[in-house]
Amino acid sequence: MAFWDYANPTRFLRFVQVVLPWLTGLCLLLFAVGLYMSFFVAPEDYQQGDTVRIMYIHVPAAWLCMMCYSVMTLSSIGTLVWKHPLADVSAKSAAPIGAAFTFMALVTGSLWGKPMWGTYWVWDARLTSVLVLFIMYLGLMTLWRTMEDPIKAGKAAAVLTLVGALNLPIIKFSVDWWNTLHQPASVMRFDGPTIHPDILWPLLVMAVAFTLMFFVLHLMAMRNEILRRRVRALRMRAASAAQPGPAGAAQPAE
Amino acid sequence: MDLGPHAGFILASYGLCLLTVLVLIAWVRLDKVAQEKALNDLADQGIKRARPEDGSTQVS
Amino acid sequence: MTGWAMALFQRDLRLSVRVGGSALVGVLFFLAVVTVIPFGVGPDLNLLARIGPAILWIGALLATLLGLDRLFQADRDDGTLDLMLMAGRPLELVVLIKCLAHWTATGLPLVVAAPVLGIFLNLDPVSMAAVTATLLVGTPALTLIGAIGASLTVSLRRGGLLLAVLVVPLAIPVLIFGVSSADAAIRDPVPFLTPFLILCALSLIAAVVGPIASATALRFASD
Repeated sequence: MAFWDYANPTRFLRFVQVVLPWLTGLCLLLFAVGLYMSFFVAPEDYQQGDTVRIMYIHVPAAWLCMMCYSVMTLSSIGTLVWKHPLADVSAKSAAPIGAAFTFMALVTGSLWGKPMWGTYWVWDARLTSVLVLFIMYLGLMTLWRTMEDPIKAGKAAAVLTLVGALNLPIIKFSVDWWNTLHQPASVMRFDGPTIHPDILWPLLVMAVAFTLMFFVLHLMAMRNEILRRRVRALRMRAASAAQPGPAGAAQPAE
Repeated sequence: MDLGPHAGFILASYGLCLLTVLVLIAWVRLDKVAQEKALNDLADQGIKRARPEDGSTQVS
Repeated sequence: MTGWAMALFQRDLRLSVRVGGSALVGVLFFLAVVTVIPFGVGPDLNLLARIGPAILWIGALLATLLGLDRLFQADRDDGTLDLMLMAGRPLELVVLIKCLAHWTATGLPLVVAAPVLGIFLNLDPVSMAAVTATLLVGTPALTLIGAIGASLTVSLRRGGLLLAVLVVPLAIPVLIFGVSSADAAIRDPVPFLTPFLILCALSLIAAVVGPIASATALRFASD
C-alpha cells in the first residue's frame, strides 16, 4: 500500500523531489487561469458589483481552512492509531499553513463586509466560527512550540486536534444558534444551489489552485520538518558521544 | 479594467492574500536553507547519518 | 461508589480545601472579576441587569480556568500521578473522580456565590435562580473540558496561560448555551428548557470526551 511505502522518510523525500515540480507547475498554471477568469471573464454580480471578485479568493481560503483541519485530524489519527512515523510531521507542518489560510479567509471576509455590510466585522455565525478556528490553530502551534520533544509534542497535539475536531461541529452549531438568537439572518447568502456558472467556474478553478498550493506548501514544510528532526537527532547523538557516559545509547530517531 | 467604487477593497484583499502566501513561501524556503545549512555544518564536523541516503542498507 | 474511588475523591478534596490548597482563591477571583466589570461599563443598573448573566458566566469561566493548572500538576510533581498510572485502575475513571473532586472544591463554591454576586448586578430573583441553575449544570463541563488542557500541559513548567488559550475555544458552546438559557428565563425568545437541555447534553458529552482525552494525554505525557 502506497501509504505505508512512504513511512520511510528518505523514500518520502525522494517522492517529494519528483512530485513537487509538477505540482508547483500545475498550481501556477491554475492560478494564472483562475485569476484571469476571476478578473476578466467573470461578470459583476447584480447585487454585489465588482466586490464579488473578493469571493474568488475568500471562498477557496475558507474551504482550505476547513480542509487543512481535516488533514490534521487524519494525521492525528495516524499518529495515535497507526503510529505512522510521518503523521505527526504532517500535522505539525499543516498547522501554520492552515492558520495562514484562516487568516486570509478572515481578512478577505471583513474586506468584503465593509462595502457590503458597512462595517469590517459582523459577529456573523460563519465569521465567528472561522475566528474560533483561527484561535485553535494558533493554540496548536503554540503547543508544538512549547514542547521540546517532537514525539511527545506530536502526541499531545494529536489529542488536542482530535478533541477540536469533535468540538468543531458543536461550536459551529452553537454559534449558529447564538447568531439567530441575537440577530435575524438578513445577511446576503453566497452559497446555495442557484449559483451562476459564470461565477462558479472561476470559483472552482481558484479552489483547485488553492488546494494545490496547500499541498505544495505542505510537502515543502514536511520536508523541512524531516530535515529539522535529522539535525536534532544528529546533534543529540553528537552530544551523547561527546560525553563519557553511556555513549552511543541515543538512537537517531528520525 | 474598472473595478467600480470598491476597487480599493478588492485590491487590498488580493494584495493581503498575496502577501500571506509570500510570507508562507518565504518561511518554507528560509527554513529549508537553515536546516540544510545545519546538516552541512554537522557533516563538516564529521557527524553524519548512520544510514546512507537510500535508506535500504544498514551501515553503522 | 467503590472504596478506592471514594478514597481518591476524599483525598483530592482534602488536599484542595486545606491550607496550601487553592479552592477558595477561585471564589475570590470570581468576586474580583464581577466587582471590576461595573467600573468598566458604568454603574447603570438596567445595563447590569441585562448583561448580568453574561458577567457571571464569564467570571465563572475565568475562575475555573485559573484553578485548572493545579489539577494534575501537584500530583505529577510528587510522583502520585505515576502511582495512579501504575495502579491498574482505569485512568479514565481516576480522571473523572479527580475532576469531580476539583469541581466540588472550586466549581461548587462559584455556584453558591453566584446568587450573592447577582445582587450586586441587580438581577431579579428569577434570573438569579436561572443563572445559578445553569452554572450548576455548566461548570462541571468547564472543569471536564479543562482537564484535557490540564493534562496536555502537565509537563510544562508554565502551562497555565497556554492551558487557558487551548481550553477557551472548546468552552465556547458551554458559555453560549449557559448564557442563552439564563437569558431565556427572563426575556423569553425561546423556552428556558430548550437551551438548558442542550447545556445538560454538553455537560454529558464533556463527561465522556474529557476523561477519555485527558487520560490518553496523561499516558502519553508519562512515557
